Amino acid sequence: MYFIALKMLVGDRGKYLGLVMGLTFAALLITQQSSIFTGLMTRTYSFINDLSQPDIWVMDPKVQFIDDVKPLQDTELLRVRGVTGVEWAVPLYKGLLKARLEDGNFQIVNVLGLDDSTLIGGPPVMIRGRLSDLRTQDAIIVNDVGASTRLAKKPLEPGGKPIPLDVGDVVEINDRRAVVVGICRVSRTFQSQPVIYTTYNRATTFAPRERKLLSFILVKGGAGLDPKELARRIAQNTGLAAYTAQEFKNLTFDFYMKSTGIPINFGIAVMLGFLIGTAIAGQTFYNFTLENLRYFGTLKAMGTTNALLLRMIVLQALVVGIQGFGLGIGGAALFGYLMRGTQLAFRLVPEILILAGGAIAVIVVFSAVISIRKVMKLEPAIVFKM
Amino acid sequence: MERNGTAVSLRGVTKSYGSGSSRVHALRGVDLDVRLGELLMLVGPSGCGKTTLISVAAAILDHDEGEITVFDRVLKSMSQVEKTRFRGTNIGFVFQAYNLIPTLTVAENVAVPLLIVGNRRRAALSRAKEILEAVGLGDKLGALPSALSGGQQQRVAIARALVNDPRLIVCDEPTSALDADTGRLVMDVLRRSALSENRALIIVTHDNRIFSFADRIARMDDGRIILVEPQVATS
Repeated sequence: MYFIALKMLVGDRGKYLGLVMGLTFAALLITQQSSIFTGLMTRTYSFINDLSQPDIWVMDPKVQFIDDVKPLQDTELLRVRGVTGVEWAVPLYKGLLKARLEDGNFQIVNVLGLDDSTLIGGPPVMIRGRLSDLRTQDAIIVNDVGASTRLAKKPLEPGGKPIPLDVGDVVEINDRRAVVVGICRVSRTFQSQPVIYTTYNRATTFAPRERKLLSFILVKGGAGLDPKELARRIAQNTGLAAYTAQEFKNLTFDFYMKSTGIPINFGIAVMLGFLIGTAIAGQTFYNFTLENLRYFGTLKAMGTTNALLLRMIVLQALVVGIQGFGLGIGGAALFGYLMRGTQLAFRLVPEILILAGGAIAVIVVFSAVISIRKVMKLEPAIVFKM
Repeated sequence: MERNGTAVSLRGVTKSYGSGSSRVHALRGVDLDVRLGELLMLVGPSGCGKTTLISVAAAILDHDEGEITVFDRVLKSMSQVEKTRFRGTNIGFVFQAYNLIPTLTVAENVAVPLLIVGNRRRAALSRAKEILEAVGLGDKLGALPSALSGGQQQRVAIARALVNDPRLIVCDEPTSALDADTGRLVMDVLRRSALSENRALIIVTHDNRIFSFADRIARMDDGRIILVEPQVATS
């Protein structure tokens, strides 16, 4: 009887395609919006991801997320280095500064000052130049996206393409000369400003005069030492906040989740996909059942039990559900593939597939339940009146 | 063999719909026997209870009072699931509007009753082919119902009703949608293919052109059997 159920399902092509399309649309919207949301949220802590060397980030206890810099006194670095179990601890400057471009325009840039001697915390990928070139006079390294967009030079002729900033070019950061010695690639950040690497001491000269300029202290623990335990020890001994990289990512993620409208906006889009999918699929499936009620009644009269009819309807729902889910996530994955390398944040993780699968399952179960109720209640004698 | 060769026995059967002042009494104490090997026609004006009577006799509608025995099984004592299974193996149906599933081929439609009772698909289709050849539709196995004429569709419905060799076949206005010649052809097929000494047919009809095919005719009015007579000459 299951093949009868399937032939009843696919026989009416219009309804069948309507059902599959409704579920495809729901799965696509849920997966695509969730993936963009995940991509955006990942960008909030992408800078932490890029710095793989330190185990622990030390900062002012009031810091709520990676871009919420509350500077420390330089002496805190020595106190952290003094904690038992700390193998090394280096300073990191992070701040938004004004860069003056060749054409006189200003651009806000994200300046990162690395420890002068070790250059720990440097960019993950160098495209041109070397990290050690930062040790030369006034040297900076610029990320490739920033160099070719916001920091790009004026085109040579009106209407032409802007010329990317390149090695040897000079910009001014807070009225200080800075020479590009390298181009690097970093993960896209949430705020999307150009990223400029330099040494810690040079960064403090770029920065406006302030009593405290040390943004973070990056710490590596001794071999075999649990980073969480060391973080607790640093916090206890110094009164500062110390987080493992994962804890700092979670802190940043939680801040954006709780303090911005991003989850609500994307949540609405995902919910909309779910509701539209439910409405389209539910109504189409219900109509499909209604139009086949005469035949379900006939099957009942001819001896089909409610249990068998139930299994037939569940099979029909499962088939359209699996097809809609497959097409939807396939469409979303294709969308993500086509958008790779663009500014769009898109990150499709297994958890999203589970979410979309669960949502489609709920839609399908809902659609099947309202249809099953109708068929279960159907008096077989109705077939003589249809 | 059933007691006294009786396929269906109804005693004091009542059935009403609705409640209170809107209550409609469809059957008001019906007594009727349908014998094995006979074709009984139920006739009467619209709304007199004919369809209700075949519905309760075929165990697709519960009656209120009285006793219905079908092949020595008392319907009141059976659960809904038992009745459903009983119908699957003992009762065939022919409907006025054929009720063929439009997305299935002719052979698949005919095979449905066998699939319902658990036969394998290949065996069911093979048996469907045999029965379709018997009703003269052996060349239409792969056609969809929409490609057939009304008479051909009704013959497919008859083949479907016969395919699992039920002992009772109930037909609701099997010829009302057909012209006279096609109606006679369908009745001929029904009488020739369906009727045997181990089977009974009950046909509800308004169509006096086919009365000549009946062994007995039961006339109904206002929920009662008012007359049961042997076949009478058609007008």
